[in-house]
Amino acid sequence: MDLEYSAEYEQYRQDLRKFLDENKHRSPGMVGTAFTGEEREKIARDWQALLIENGYAARTIPKEYGGAGQEPDPLKAHIIAEEFARYRVRPGHSGDNRLVPTVLDLGTEEQKRWLVPPTLRGEMTWCQGYSEPQSGSDLASLSTRAHVDGDDFVINGQKIWTSGAQRADMIFCLVRTEPEAPKHQGISYLVFSMKTPGIDVRPLVTMTGEATFNEVFFTDVRVPTTQIIGKRGEGWFVANNTLKYEREGLGDPNQAESRLREVVAILERETVDGQRIMDNPVYRDRLLRLQGQVLAMKYNSMRILTSRSKGEEPGLPRWIVKLQGCELNHQLAGLVIDALGELGTLYYNSPLLRDRGMWQQRYMMDLGLIIGGGTAQIQKNIIGERALGLPKEPKYAEVSS
Amino acid sequence: MDFALSEEQQFLQSTVSDYLAANCTLDRVRDCVKDFQTTDPNLTEGLVALGVPGVVIPEEFGGTELGYLEAALIAEALGGSIAPFPFIGTSVIAPYLITHAGSDEQRASLLPKITTGEIQFGIAFTESIGRRVTNPTQANDGRLSGEQTFVIDGSDCELILISTEGGEVFVVESPAVEREELKSIDRTRSLTRVKLDNTPCEVLPGTVDDPTLLSHALDIGRIMIAADTLGAAQTMLDKSVEYAGERKQFNRVIGSFQAVKHMCAEMAAELEPCRSLVWYAAHSVLAIPSETHLVACHAKAHLAEVGQFVARKSTEVHGGMGFTDLLGLHYWFKRIGLNRQLLGTPDQVREEAAQAQGW
Repeated sequence: MDLEYSAEYEQYRQDLRKFLDENKHRSPGMVGTAFTGEEREKIARDWQALLIENGYAARTIPKEYGGAGQEPDPLKAHIIAEEFARYRVRPGHSGDNRLVPTVLDLGTEEQKRWLVPPTLRGEMTWCQGYSEPQSGSDLASLSTRAHVDGDDFVINGQKIWTSGAQRADMIFCLVRTEPEAPKHQGISYLVFSMKTPGIDVRPLVTMTGEATFNEVFFTDVRVPTTQIIGKRGEGWFVANNTLKYEREGLGDPNQAESRLREVVAILERETVDGQRIMDNPVYRDRLLRLQGQVLAMKYNSMRILTSRSKGEEPGLPRWIVKLQGCELNHQLAGLVIDALGELGTLYYNSPLLRDRGMWQQRYMMDLGLIIGGGTAQIQKNIIGERALGLPKEPKYAEVSS
Repeated sequence: MDFALSEEQQFLQSTVSDYLAANCTLDRVRDCVKDFQTTDPNLTEGLVALGVPGVVIPEEFGGTELGYLEAALIAEALGGSIAPFPFIGTSVIAPYLITHAGSDEQRASLLPKITTGEIQFGIAFTESIGRRVTNPTQANDGRLSGEQTFVIDGSDCELILISTEGGEVFVVESPAVEREELKSIDRTRSLTRVKLDNTPCEVLPGTVDDPTLLSHALDIGRIMIAADTLGAAQTMLDKSVEYAGERKQFNRVIGSFQAVKHMCAEMAAELEPCRSLVWYAAHSVLAIPSETHLVACHAKAHLAEVGQFVARKSTEVHGGMGFTDLLGLHYWFKRIGLNRQLLGTPDQVREEAAQAQGW
């Protein structure tokens, strides 16, 4: 047990700080708001290019595909995340954290060169076409069909929960290509432009009042048969590769820690009947209970980081992060809403609104995150089966009609 | 940056766990506690042979001085086997206070006898946390008068460490005080009421005018209790998973039902981060002492809550059997229940944590 970083990593951190001191004025958000949309996009692209050049974005992606070409090192990745957060500077991205690793793992040489470099530069953005109205937790039952006609797949069906579909250039999409095969073996993973004729994107307004998601409809959408990642019928396994990368991000304890600081600030600032909320023993105790959980999750993440840095699979500490972390964030927001009384119910840019209404927004959004990316109940199945070794639910025989 | 146990630490913990698995079975524990005995001489002998009581005692006094993380790993193993062994007071709190607040003479006379198992300590700190009596313990001219309730491990001990309101700590010989055994739900650990009437005592000189030593000793004790609960709760989870994987109803093992599987998953999801919290708190004692008070309070409180949750869910997973004496699961349930209240209830230590942050 040694919580200090070795000299090599301390030097890495110092170099990064020097870089940020010298360059942070060039990052998006630091350059002021007097720019047009097009200029802002250029600033974001230049910033990303500068970060890749210096090895602070797309770190482990090979140089030939536009990355920084460095060895995987979870500690360096952690230091980068910490310092960018400390400087409040927008970090770079590794393209789409679901698509890029999947193409690099399973795509052809031609696909890697076509898709990865522009994605890393921020010139090609993505949305994910997985869930369907009738296929949520049971994703493998999806029914969007694609049949081959000449050199093309022809796609018909509907996707839902598609974040960013109205802005994305491209979609990676699961479609059923072998309707006769067992459900897990009849799916293919296609990539295509969102400008392809026959695609209709309709915003899906959620309880927060925002349209973060969309429904996407496909009517005779023609996609060249070369735009498949992996083989026909192997899309389920390709997609699992993607889900592995997506789930990592949900329930991040750093987010809970910074949210806890914001909760403390508002409980110290607000008063009810002349008493600081922080001095109300009920809310005070609730806050302290949540702080105990935040600390436990923070040290749990240090344990995961240590396992990764040794090349070991973290196991149970990792399987619980999404379940526990999303719930914890939700409860932190819930504490503020309860403590604010009537003020806590204000929304829609109301007069007297506190913190721009973010506590209600978060409280609702977190509920979406508890459900999305694998529901809490699916997470408990995963923990019960993969980590504790309990048996799966027995499969029912198909009900005959 | 390495937040993990070393090979030596893993080896230490598995050595103690393996010893307890063989020598501290449920049948042995039942046998030992049936007449409200709370120590097992054979167990004490074996644990002394493994060096357990010397884990934080300097080598010059016969200990191994491995440290507080190692002590927490032992506490976890002892909790896992509901061992009737006075570890927290005799092997951790007393050595800490005697080493850091004792005179040269006290160190030389007391510490070696702890390592050999010759003396055991009762811990009487209810004057400092959770006082419930109207006649506080007071020192006068080298003598103590007053009453201390809920003395931990007070029944079979040779000496008692007694704190007074100002944070001074005194050593008293057990035969010199009037003792009355209390009977808590947890029969693996003794609680004793002690009455002092002009009882001769010796102060630990370092605690005079320096209440921080007692406060640090309390924090260390809280970390050890949290570790004990961690071990006990882990055993309850392991037993639940094992039972859910064997017990059949409706021609299926019950662990394949989501209602049961999810209870097991919830226990694991709550308990696993607790391990990191206990490790961090125990590691902080020597490595980051400025953080110890806060994390010790949180470890104590959070393990109390999660321990209670696991104890309840685990009993439910075992169905009617979980409720019986036949299965004996209640020994872990009750150990967790007592741990929750010792050296500061969850709400008390959370309030201490709030104040420590200036809230």
